[in-house]
Amino acid sequence: MQNENNDSFVDRILESEVMTSILVVILGFLCGTLIIIAVGKNPSDMFGSIFDSMIGIPKRKGGWNYRYIGETLAYSMPFILCGLSMGLPARVGLFNIGAEGQYIMGMTAAQSVALWMSPFGGQWILCLLVAVLAGAIWGGIVGVLKAKYNVSEVVATIMMNYIALYGSRLICFTQPGATTYNTAALPQTVLLDKFLIKTSNFNIGVFFVLIAVLSYWFVMNKTRLGYMMRATGYNKNTAKCCGISTIKSITTSMAMAGAFAGLAGALVLLGGAFPIGRIITGMDNYGFMGIAVSLVGNNTAIGNLLAGLLFGVLKQSQSLMQGRNIPKEITYIIQGLIVIFISLRSGLVLYKQYRNKKKLKKEVLANK
Amino acid sequence: MSEYAIEMLGITKTFPGIIANDNVTLQVKNNEVHALLGENGAGKSTLMSILFGAYSPDAGKIKIFGNEVNIKNPTVATTLGIGMVHQHFKLVHNYTVTENIVLGREPRNRFGMLNLSIAEKKVQALSDAYGLKVDPKAKIDDITVGQQQRVEILKTLYSNSQIIIFDEPTAVLTPQEVDELMEIIRKLKAEGKTIVLITHKLKEIKAVSDQCSVLRRGKYIGTVQVADVSEEDLASMMVGRAVKFKTQKNPVHLGKKVLDLQHLSILDQNGNPKIKDLSLELRAGEILGIAGVDGNGQSELLMGLCGLLPVQEGTISLNGVDITHMTVLQRIEKGLGYVPEDRQKYGLIKEFSLSENAVLKDFYKPQYNGKFHTLDQSKFKDIATEEIKEFDIRTALGADTQAGSLSGGNQQKAIIAREVSLNPHVLLVAQPTRGLDVGAIEFIRNRLLQERDKGTAIILVSFELDEIMNLCDTIATISNGQIVGVFKEGEVSEEQIGLMMASSGKGENDAK
Repeated sequence: MQNENNDSFVDRILESEVMTSILVVILGFLCGTLIIIAVGKNPSDMFGSIFDSMIGIPKRKGGWNYRYIGETLAYSMPFILCGLSMGLPARVGLFNIGAEGQYIMGMTAAQSVALWMSPFGGQWILCLLVAVLAGAIWGGIVGVLKAKYNVSEVVATIMMNYIALYGSRLICFTQPGATTYNTAALPQTVLLDKFLIKTSNFNIGVFFVLIAVLSYWFVMNKTRLGYMMRATGYNKNTAKCCGISTIKSITTSMAMAGAFAGLAGALVLLGGAFPIGRIITGMDNYGFMGIAVSLVGNNTAIGNLLAGLLFGVLKQSQSLMQGRNIPKEITYIIQGLIVIFISLRSGLVLYKQYRNKKKLKKEVLANK
Repeated sequence: MSEYAIEMLGITKTFPGIIANDNVTLQVKNNEVHALLGENGAGKSTLMSILFGAYSPDAGKIKIFGNEVNIKNPTVATTLGIGMVHQHFKLVHNYTVTENIVLGREPRNRFGMLNLSIAEKKVQALSDAYGLKVDPKAKIDDITVGQQQRVEILKTLYSNSQIIIFDEPTAVLTPQEVDELMEIIRKLKAEGKTIVLITHKLKEIKAVSDQCSVLRRGKYIGTVQVADVSEEDLASMMVGRAVKFKTQKNPVHLGKKVLDLQHLSILDQNGNPKIKDLSLELRAGEILGIAGVDGNGQSELLMGLCGLLPVQEGTISLNGVDITHMTVLQRIEKGLGYVPEDRQKYGLIKEFSLSENAVLKDFYKPQYNGKFHTLDQSKFKDIATEEIKEFDIRTALGADTQAGSLSGGNQQKAIIAREVSLNPHVLLVAQPTRGLDVGAIEFIRNRLLQERDKGTAIILVSFELDEIMNLCDTIATISNGQIVGVFKEGEVSEEQIGLMMASSGKGENDAK
């Protein structure tokens, strides 16, 4: 009897995607803890930092430091968006490594609107819109290439990332006040309003993130477009055979992915601590981290939201860890471990099959 | 030496969700032709895969020539003298016959270099001895399917197999090639080999077998002397009840012409011409059977008709409307239904529930609108629930069941239900009963006839001549992408159709 209960508990974890994700995150933290112990540091400092960035109560100083929460949320925003950018094409069976390039294009477009237009009230809305559009075009190009000419989206997006990076530099060098690293300051009219927690970088961009998460869920589950995209993702042949336009599914999904990433780029630029135009020398890696976010979030809207928050927490806790003499690289290690454990999901599926088989064998032998 | 060449005692093998073999016993005497009969999914192939070392059994033991053995992998099976002729040949197409036969055990000369001429001589000698006419130097690409099968047989002979397993050997052959194969099997027996013939075709069993063991749903039913029993006896042993060989059919009422194909030419995905100047017409209330050996353009024809492959030349008109260059969706809207050959790849989405699968072709219609023009999935469910009832689809969770978890027969029923629910004028059906159990086959055949009686025009592509002979009002034979002849039901015999199937394309190669 005891044994049976055990079985059903393990089975329940294996059955549920949500439980698997949670289990994986816990495993990642556990291993991270072991590593911290192994290098002779106190893991409670690490967890303290992580805890602080979540709820803002520092262990030593006392008082509620809610600025930390704001920073965590601000960091989470691009992670969530880039996670969506990876997750949506994944549902259509595509691997979008181009979130980084789409992010750069969004950022560059927003910066162009900010610096080349004379300031006017509500200019930030135009910046965001143009960023979304630029990202969508950047992703959509790959979508068209894939859908119409069957160009591998992996290769295409990697290439487009570099075109975006160096293209962005070319564009930004021509902008007002361009030096080697930055351009002139951004006008006040494009900066995102810092509300609620004014001391942090938390800004009204959060509403656009929530809209993005909601629309992701809505499109995927409630619309014909989402139904078409899921059908295409699961089985392109059947979709085609049933008259579903796979070209439309693939192109739209890549364009939407680009829109999410483009928005992320604009939010980082316009909501950052330094209101100055950037000439990027390398990639910000939000786009690439999006791959990990969407893996942990299992390509669902709510999963991406939570995974994005987790990554935001880890990023914010880096600076707190350094203050407590914990190497901040441990957060990267934890992130990496989580991704590795997530990738072991297929191993879990095998384990599940093995368990089912064993159970069946037992039943067969019992019937004899 | 023991009386038995093969003894498989109390074999049990389980897979997730199914018991493929449940305490099965198979005893094959030395130097006999032993048929292993059962429906698809009865566990024949699993049992033979265990014998050939592809799977290991969960319980039971195996004796070969009286010695208990542990067959861990196919290499062990080969050294024990067991050879297998697979249903799907395992040949490298741009290699010669000899190169294929020696693959993995290449003869070498003194300097370690490949020495094919020794092997060629040996292959020639073997093929002379057993009457397996095939040129050792010919490329696999250039020889017929029947000859390719002989290469597979030669492979087993080359490695001195005493036991040869044939897995559904006649599935891809024309009736004439089948006769030749029967001759070869008799010859092999005369030379002292022991043969196991896996099949569900009763005629072949009657033709060559000495004994026949029957499996049903993974269980061993019994072994009979083939000479003592009739085909009907074997069939009822296989199915577990008396079987009607003929499907009841109402007289045909031909309506107006609905589908007209004029001089069609279609290329396959790789750009090879597969349909060449093909013309056909189809009337309402008619089932047109397309008989032919696999790979003669049948699938390309259907894909061309439903818009998955572009038509190079010629016209397709449906109810007088030219649909030659319409998209898949436009054709569906004009009333073209399609039950594809590969149901898992083209027919349904395994990860979707039955209700999501039920509306794949009409989900865009306004009847599925929810609030604010969204897609209301609860409305799918009603459709699916109705179809489940009407088509007797056996599910675990009703309309929410994942399509991939259904058995093949139920998947096929779900696809046919979806197609029929759209009330098509023309229904294209490819291999509708392949791999299904007898119950599902009967249901699907009757359902197709029912649709015919309602006035739907049906094109039926099948590699099973029995199916074509049973269901069709008109029979067209196809060979090498061209129609060889069109006949009314009853005008031709199976043998004549067989000759036509072999006529132009593949036949030319034989003559070379």
